[in-house]
Amino acid sequence: MNRYPLWKYVLIAVALVIGVLYTVPNLFPEVPAVQISTSKGGVKVDDNTMATAEAALKAAGIEFRGEVLDANGIKFRFADTGGQEKAKAVLQQKLNGDSTDPDYIVALNLQSSSPQWLASIGALPMYLGLDLRGGVHFLLQVDMKGAIEKSVNGALVDIRTMMRNEKVRYAGVSREGPNLVLSFKDAAERDKARVLIDRNNPDLAVRVVDTAPDDLRLYATLKPEAQKRIQDSAVQQNIQILRNRVNELGVSEPIVQQQGADRIVVQLPGVQDTARAKDILGRTATLEIRMVNDDPGALQASLNGSVPIGSDLYKDRNGTPTLIRRGAVLTGDRIQDAQPGFDSRNNQPIVSVTLDASGGRIIRDVSRENLKKRMGILLVDRNKTELLTAPTIQEELGSRFQISGSMTARETKDLALLMRAGSLAAPMEIVEERTVGPSLGAENIAKGFNSVKYGFIVLALFICAYYLLMGLISTLSLAFNLLLLVAVLSMIQATLTLPGIAAIALTLGMAIDANVLINERIREELRNGATPHAAITAGYERAWGTILDSNVTTLIAGVALLIFGSGPVRGFAVVHCLGILTSMFSAVFFSRGIVNLIYGRRRKLTSISIGQVWRPGVTTTAPAKP
Amino acid sequence: MEFFRFKRDIPFMRHALVFNVISAITFLAAVFFLTTRGLNFGVDFKGGTVLEVQFAQAVDFDKLRGTLDKLNLGEYSAQAFGGPNTALIRLAQRTDYTGTGIDACLKARQAARTGGASGSAIADVSGCVMDAIKAADPSATQTRVEFVGPQVGRELYDNGALALFLVICGIIIYLWIRFEWRFALAAVIANMHDVVIILGFFAFFQWEFSLPVLAAVLAVLGYSVNESVVIADRVRENFRKMRKATVPQVIDNAITSTISRTIITHGCTQIMVTSILVFGGETLHYFALALTIGILFSIYSSVLVMAPLVMWMGVSREDLIRSDRKRPGMTAEKILP
Repeated sequence: MNRYPLWKYVLIAVALVIGVLYTVPNLFPEVPAVQISTSKGGVKVDDNTMATAEAALKAAGIEFRGEVLDANGIKFRFADTGGQEKAKAVLQQKLNGDSTDPDYIVALNLQSSSPQWLASIGALPMYLGLDLRGGVHFLLQVDMKGAIEKSVNGALVDIRTMMRNEKVRYAGVSREGPNLVLSFKDAAERDKARVLIDRNNPDLAVRVVDTAPDDLRLYATLKPEAQKRIQDSAVQQNIQILRNRVNELGVSEPIVQQQGADRIVVQLPGVQDTARAKDILGRTATLEIRMVNDDPGALQASLNGSVPIGSDLYKDRNGTPTLIRRGAVLTGDRIQDAQPGFDSRNNQPIVSVTLDASGGRIIRDVSRENLKKRMGILLVDRNKTELLTAPTIQEELGSRFQISGSMTARETKDLALLMRAGSLAAPMEIVEERTVGPSLGAENIAKGFNSVKYGFIVLALFICAYYLLMGLISTLSLAFNLLLLVAVLSMIQATLTLPGIAAIALTLGMAIDANVLINERIREELRNGATPHAAITAGYERAWGTILDSNVTTLIAGVALLIFGSGPVRGFAVVHCLGILTSMFSAVFFSRGIVNLIYGRRRKLTSISIGQVWRPGVTTTAPAKP
Repeated sequence: MEFFRFKRDIPFMRHALVFNVISAITFLAAVFFLTTRGLNFGVDFKGGTVLEVQFAQAVDFDKLRGTLDKLNLGEYSAQAFGGPNTALIRLAQRTDYTGTGIDACLKARQAARTGGASGSAIADVSGCVMDAIKAADPSATQTRVEFVGPQVGRELYDNGALALFLVICGIIIYLWIRFEWRFALAAVIANMHDVVIILGFFAFFQWEFSLPVLAAVLAVLGYSVNESVVIADRVRENFRKMRKATVPQVIDNAITSTISRTIITHGCTQIMVTSILVFGGETLHYFALALTIGILFSIYSSVLVMAPLVMWMGVSREDLIRSDRKRPGMTAEKILP
């Protein structure tokens, strides 16, 4: 009766094999590596790059242990950090030269030395949190109120200009909190304004509020969906800016992610210089519109090295050199919005730009004087200036104009994003910072590992001494639980933190509960005179309900932590929850399998090795004295 | 080896009143310290800046405090952390640094970044303080920084309270469905008693209450309910088997026959927790301490608080047996292969 059908043993064997396969990569030490990646759309990291890099390393006489090309780029492994440092310098020189605007990011990295075939089946080591590997964690908050306020203010200026142009007579326009209030003396004028706003500002919801016969009012508010769109694009825009800047830091596996509605997490493993990181993340990029120096002689001269005074030579994204005059006609803070779209006439991809009122006036004057000339749009990010595009002015422009040209839809999207980035939709603020030095990270790993190791050894010794063979089986199933837990964590690439390692230790300490319950129950059944086989069956079956109950309540606590926890505590919760699930499998299903394997085939089983079973003279169920 | 040999059931219920009075006193003491002293919230909840600084030699705290005093930062603390060479500096949250020694440094850093624009720069506080410490002792290196802004701290606090509330509700609902409302209520009261006592310890000794400690408290809550579940399971089983026994006898027997498992399980968990306490280092110290207190008190509370409460609330054979019949699927007796 205590036998498992074959398929259950097969299931255990499969779980064991998978567990071992996915746990093993964690046992290989990390070795120094150099990673080559790119952040530019037009640049590819492929076999050619790899061949170039390989040749460069060979030419420099630097030996490498292995190379991988994957979605993240190319990684070369080295025997020591000396080789790694030298290789980085060589590769940097070979791939990027002295360019101030490098195509490739060459970063120092650590890579697991586990064999390639393990990685190819997706068996990767666990991802270590910053408290274990060292690095910086920033949480940035995007100022949503600022973003909304900015666009409400923009709408106010727009409406005023529009009514003036359309000759609508109004008594006043003002802002009251999130509302725009327009007052009129005459109902006909008010209705005219209403139609105008509806047509030209689809983002605004307008309602009529007449307070007195001679005080007719319109209230205009941003529609909720417009607010949401502004907020989403503010966060997206900021994430894009941060990605670009983080790439500049040359970090191997940066994380830039949205968290919640208005926060952005930036994690930079291995970065120690927080001042520089903050510097790069926190600065403001600006957009400038300047005029192009279209004198062909001057361009030729500057290509030969003599740039005329008052002009700078820039190459645009396609590498076309363009001479740009100094002195900005317009700066990014005048840009309210830039959206990709299509020209209604010829269906060409375009970017439509909206300027505020004074920006509109400037561009009108400038464009009138410079018809058929080109203007350059530049992104100035600290001391690096990038020419985004240089379109020709076709007609007199106003506060809304469009940029067209030979652009794909994707390019217009990028351009719109960059133009908005230059105008900085919403300021960001660092609201949380956690920095951990690399030595502290290594120390934390050792501390966590020792906690699990010594705790497990003492626990195993005690359980084996107390329950003998059944204790050994419990210990085996606990070890199996540890194996499965680490395998699952590696499989889903969960982030392991120090509290996460503590959770592994704690989960093991709690998981033994199931085995204690079973073993105690078997002893009790034996004490009450059951045969060994019946005791095993009854012990497992009776204990199961209790095990299930107690795990469900523990899981409730774990899930609550998972939902509300953040950072390292979430790491704790993930491990805790997964540990409970794996422990149900190992403590009951797996341990029963071993028990069945050992005892199940013996028909005449006279005793179980479960330690001393003490039988009292009287039965345990004797009622207490009343 | 067998530790527990009971010739007859221990009459726990006869002394129920005494135990309840003891718990009530401990509980009130915990509440007293919580209200008078309050919890010493860590940077996670309170906001502020924590700097861990390592020196080449043992930390000269007088000199370090001298350096910090000169910065005029208001409330701060500096103490040894882990070893004699490492100092942990905590700076209280503040929004305005005008008039402090790092004001110029903050302004300079902010200006360098934005080209003169003003703005809040409290995230730079750690860097500026570090500069000052380095100027006084060049061997100082920063090993860890934690900065939590006021918005985040408040949010973590709220989320923590919400998580605690959710766990309690979840457990009540589950036990209600699985057993009976008296068990659910009694188990939650017993476990809240554990939680309050853990918090009472933290208030009394003014240990730092951080996010990992909160995680430990919630883990204990989920864990110590196990005890109550095991006993409740046994009580139900006994109601079926011991047809003639009185309610106190049934409960006494349930406790006596599970006490061996209770103590061994908790002992095993405590082995792991002790290991964390010994080897886990400073970061996990209070986490492990909270777990230790929680584990010890959860034995006490489920045996000596939860069971008498169920009895006082007047649980009867019919309550449990009937609730069984209504939900035959929930007995979970024959699921195992």
